[in-house]
Amino acid sequence: MTIPPPQPPGESASAQEGTELAAEAAVVSATARERWYLRLPIISHLRRSVGLQRGMLVAGLVLVLGLLATALFAPLLAPYGFAETSADGASFGTQQPPSGAHPLGTTVAGYDVLSRVIWGTRTAVAVMACAVVLSLFIGVALGLISGYVGGWLDRILVMLADAIYAFPSLLLAIVMSIVISGGQSSAGGGILAAAVSITVVFVPQYFRVIRAEVVRLKAEPFVEAAKVIGTGHRRIMGTHLLRNSTRTLPLIFTLNSSEAILTLAALGFLGFGIEPTSASEWGYDLNRAMADATSGIWWTGLFPGLAIVAAVLGVTLVGESINDLNDPRLRVRRKRRGGPAGTTSTEATA
Amino acid sequence: MTADLTRSATDEPADAGPSGSSAPSATAGRGRRGGGGLGRYILTRFLLIIPTVLILMTVVFFLMRITGDPITAALGGRLTPDQLAQRRAEAGYDRPLIIQYLDYLWGVVRGDFGTTYTDRTPVAKILTEYGGATAELVVYAVVVALVIGVPLGMLAARARDRWGDLALRVLAILGYATPVFFVGLLLKLVFSVGLGWLPVAGRISSRGELTMGKILNPTPFYLLDAIRLGDASLLWDVISHAILPAIALGLLTGGIFLRLVRTNMIGTLEMPYVDSARSRGVRESRLTTRHALRPALIPIITVMGMQIAMMLGGAVLTETTFEWKGLGYMLAEYMTARDYVAVQGIVMMLAVIVAISNFLVDVIAALIDPRVRY
Repeated sequence: MTIPPPQPPGESASAQEGTELAAEAAVVSATARERWYLRLPIISHLRRSVGLQRGMLVAGLVLVLGLLATALFAPLLAPYGFAETSADGASFGTQQPPSGAHPLGTTVAGYDVLSRVIWGTRTAVAVMACAVVLSLFIGVALGLISGYVGGWLDRILVMLADAIYAFPSLLLAIVMSIVISGGQSSAGGGILAAAVSITVVFVPQYFRVIRAEVVRLKAEPFVEAAKVIGTGHRRIMGTHLLRNSTRTLPLIFTLNSSEAILTLAALGFLGFGIEPTSASEWGYDLNRAMADATSGIWWTGLFPGLAIVAAVLGVTLVGESINDLNDPRLRVRRKRRGGPAGTTSTEATA
Repeated sequence: MTADLTRSATDEPADAGPSGSSAPSATAGRGRRGGGGLGRYILTRFLLIIPTVLILMTVVFFLMRITGDPITAALGGRLTPDQLAQRRAEAGYDRPLIIQYLDYLWGVVRGDFGTTYTDRTPVAKILTEYGGATAELVVYAVVVALVIGVPLGMLAARARDRWGDLALRVLAILGYATPVFFVGLLLKLVFSVGLGWLPVAGRISSRGELTMGKILNPTPFYLLDAIRLGDASLLWDVISHAILPAIALGLLTGGIFLRLVRTNMIGTLEMPYVDSARSRGVRESRLTTRHALRPALIPIITVMGMQIAMMLGGAVLTETTFEWKGLGYMLAEYMTARDYVAVQGIVMMLAVIVAISNFLVDVIAALIDPRVRY
């Protein structure tokens, strides 16, 4: 790809643009030869990004990595256990303001707020991972089959997905958590129940995206060619269709992760979360902190809330940047300056 | 939420048809291409409510019964097995599941969503009693969301890829990343507890409630009633209670509107007709507020349909946070009391409300944008 595109004579501006396009083409052909790990979703996005967009992506990644690291090293970071109300035989005391021993104070039940915030990352990450991976597998499988097989199965699944999708997701999660745990929450069961509740909400989203792609791809010549040479249905679905329909998955993946954290917190806030003694959960802590707020006790609610915001913010920033970078209309170009309408308008108004 | 984000970005701004929840309507409309006009579209779209609601009811009903009946859930462990069996027989939970299902559906057709187990109230009565409060809250929140989202989205589009844009977008993401109840907590801490300007919780003070009782035929909206009574202190009483909940719920959707307006505005600002207007010397501010704004607002209407579903979910949390006695607050109360008949009934009713409001939004979208109805 070194041949420059045809240049109309006497137009220096477009000639310059032509060389830039050629340069871009070289970059494109170079990326095709790159090592595989450089083509992984987030890493390739990071390399493609520039300016403010890169700033957003980096900020998001820092927050997400911070969340993961905190979850991983929670036992080392947290001064106490999440269900501890006393250390060395001395009780922490309830609703103590922040002090040296308890940098973020203690809750109404006498837990150390800092420790609960730190341990809470584990619950958040666990539920997020479970929910997103579960819904990814179920949603993608259903979408593939529904789109490929078509017919009445497809129609029923689409209708189901649409009905579920139109339903307030929180209500659905509530119904599911009643179904799964009967409203009771045990140790690991609570985490799994929350994850499955959230999964049900997400499956239709993956289903819709994958199905739409599969329906489009099914008519492509390469799929027909595969059929002609006698490739099995399973192989067509698993190779030809699946690999080509996963383009938008990283985006949904990140956006769902943030929604998973929010849904978990909302369930916890409504009292359908996880018992405080079996795991630390931010939504539950906020629920207990609501009464404190009325009497001016701010530390029990502020810090779990900030933890939720930081976690969701990180994941959303990453998803948001991926979205922008995937969409040519929104992507900030590396080189082009003084382009047509769009840029002029921003310059004129800035 | 997630799908809104993807959709707002992937849809061509000028071609955002009926999206999301209204997808079935799109296929229905397409099937009728060529024949029929608006009336036909509305009729098809209306008939589509029935399967949607039916599917939801079926799914929720069978899901709730997989694990057992509501009486065992509410009283299990507190009664002997014999007593439990007797109670179940009284309520008809020992019949085959399919009979119970048909019975339930027949009840719903007659407007009977069941009777709560804990306080023996018909679920339909809960709707008439508390639905108004939720509707009032959602209306306020939509107003807040529009007031915040549309102007800021326009600003962000005009300052595209500059610091102002970045700040506004981060603000929008923050609005989404902050749970409603945390926003509520912060607002309470600052404005109610810290500054003491606004009440902590509730819809009205107890003194105001007494005054309100004097009105002859009350509307579900306290604000209207207060205006009708013409009592200034009562009016402030009602408004001051509504400010914080409306902001908490409105911020959530305001962020989404901001992003939507921004994305669509960027698209429309690049359209040839905007260019031609600019070349005629139309001022940049007028371009944004007049020429580019109107087409950029159409997707807002379609997305608003999905937002209603999300807002009802958010209303559950907001109402719990501010003890705003609406449907969501009652839902949380019954959940705590483990009264799953009530939970099921309220959830079903909300499903019907969502389906109907989606229908209305689609009709409005079709009235505004002829492309939707083909």
